[in-house]
Amino acid sequence: MSSMLTSATTEPAWLRRTLIAIALLFLALFLFVPLAAVFFEALKKGLGVYVAAITDPDALSAIKLTLIAAAIAVPMNLVFGVAAAWAIAKFEFRGRDLLLTLIDLPFSVSPVIAGLIFVLVFGLQGWLGGWLRNHDLKVIFALPGIVLATVFITFPFVARELIPLMQAQGTEQEEAARVLGAGGWQIFRRITLPNIKWALLYGVILCNARAMGEFGAVSVVSGHIRGQTNTMPLHIEILYNEYQFAAAFAVASLLAGLALLTLALKYVVERRTAATHQKART
Amino acid sequence: MLLSRALLKRHSVLPGFDLALGFTLLYVALIVLVPLSAAFLKTFTMSWPAFWSAVTGPRVMASYRLTFGASFAAAVVNAVFGLVVCWVLVRYEFPGRRFVDALVDLPFALPTAVAGIALTALYSNNGWIGQWLPFKVSFTPLGVFVALTFIGLPFVVRTLQPVLEDLPGEVEEAAAMLGASRAQTFVRVILPAIAPALLTGFALAFARALGEYGSVIFIAGNLPLVSEITPLIIITKLEQYDYTGATAIAVVMLVASFAMLLAINALQAWTRSRQGR
Repeated sequence: MSSMLTSATTEPAWLRRTLIAIALLFLALFLFVPLAAVFFEALKKGLGVYVAAITDPDALSAIKLTLIAAAIAVPMNLVFGVAAAWAIAKFEFRGRDLLLTLIDLPFSVSPVIAGLIFVLVFGLQGWLGGWLRNHDLKVIFALPGIVLATVFITFPFVARELIPLMQAQGTEQEEAARVLGAGGWQIFRRITLPNIKWALLYGVILCNARAMGEFGAVSVVSGHIRGQTNTMPLHIEILYNEYQFAAAFAVASLLAGLALLTLALKYVVERRTAATHQKART
Repeated sequence: MLLSRALLKRHSVLPGFDLALGFTLLYVALIVLVPLSAAFLKTFTMSWPAFWSAVTGPRVMASYRLTFGASFAAAVVNAVFGLVVCWVLVRYEFPGRRFVDALVDLPFALPTAVAGIALTALYSNNGWIGQWLPFKVSFTPLGVFVALTFIGLPFVVRTLQPVLEDLPGEVEEAAAMLGASRAQTFVRVILPAIAPALLTGFALAFARALGEYGSVIFIAGNLPLVSEITPLIIITKLEQYDYTGATAIAVVMLVASFAMLLAINALQAWTRSRQGR
């Protein structure tokens, strides 16, 4: 009986194989082959060209700027993500759904527009443009603008990773700690943080990958000054437009490696959270 | 104290509400709301005819057609193949399934510029894939479609996956016992159950594609009136220091994005009510 039901609730073997083949072919054309192509094109002209492209002074300065921008933007969004998740997941308040929508807003704004709005505020013609010039401060076409655009683009990642998890975990443990006399910081460090550490780590890594890879928004505010305001993705564009394909792909392969690392970490985090859920259930 | 008294629906013994929400609101206002309002306020300085001619010029209209058309086509392809990919990942066992499952998220993590140059190289006339195709892909509107398909790929799979995993097997067994063929069960039982999630995934992929810039500009060729997307028009205007013109078009795109955001919120509420949560 059960075997009859199984055969009635699944597809014949030929159809199963066809569907698997279609799925894999589609993913190959749009995912696997492009990913492989990045590394293949990067190493096509040999290891020497690869190393030279990455250790070129302009490339090194682009890598440095990317690291600096991410090192400022990611901690900012980390603090925001934890604060927003604490308020939204642990308390019931009016306007919570509206706040959630506002946090998602940067997801639906084109990166180009994200760059444009900061030009409108901080650019020479912008709201604060005159004041900034009088005080000899530069935001657009400089590091602060790049950081702001990056913060906007990667704004929701940590919060979005934490909110559903912290909502599912509820507030009983924290409340018990409170009743037993623990202070706010103690509750967060000893109860909440251990519960969310894996999701927090993944949120930070994903936020970091997006921060380092952001192209459209940064392209608008950077000014493309070689050796000064070029990030890695912008450096890739310049190399590519100059037909230095192997060099462009060499720098691109660093970011592709970061993307793969991010996916590997996501895999680990998902297994860890599934394991803790199972432990909690039994 | 002020925030908690004004907003809290239920008293909580937990500390930190005022600090956490206060900081959150300040941060959202400074990083998102104030800059976004700058775009809208800027267009209010324009006269209506000036605004209208800026957002309806022939090059701009051609770019809307391409951006919306290619985004729609890419989202349709992602809905169809995303369903197949998701079905295969959830229901079948095959070697490398976990690996494939993990890699589906690649477009979320891979920088758009990297995706752009990789796709351009592959789909150009002498590229690994392009050389086998009888038509040109790179540097045509078809290239825009390829890049947008890549960008939107994870949305349908990831929205559909939890719904397909939670689908109770009993319903399918009941349909089979009542004499339905497998195809009938799929069309009449499974498809209606997963339709809200499928539509949500489609809408997410479409919304993401509308604003995409980095992966498209390398492969599109960027010919005016032919393969120029709207975000590129905004960049071009900015490079010519036409800030008002750029902002006017940006506001049109923002309104379209916000409409999509509302539609997606409604679809997600529908999905949750279907799942009975």
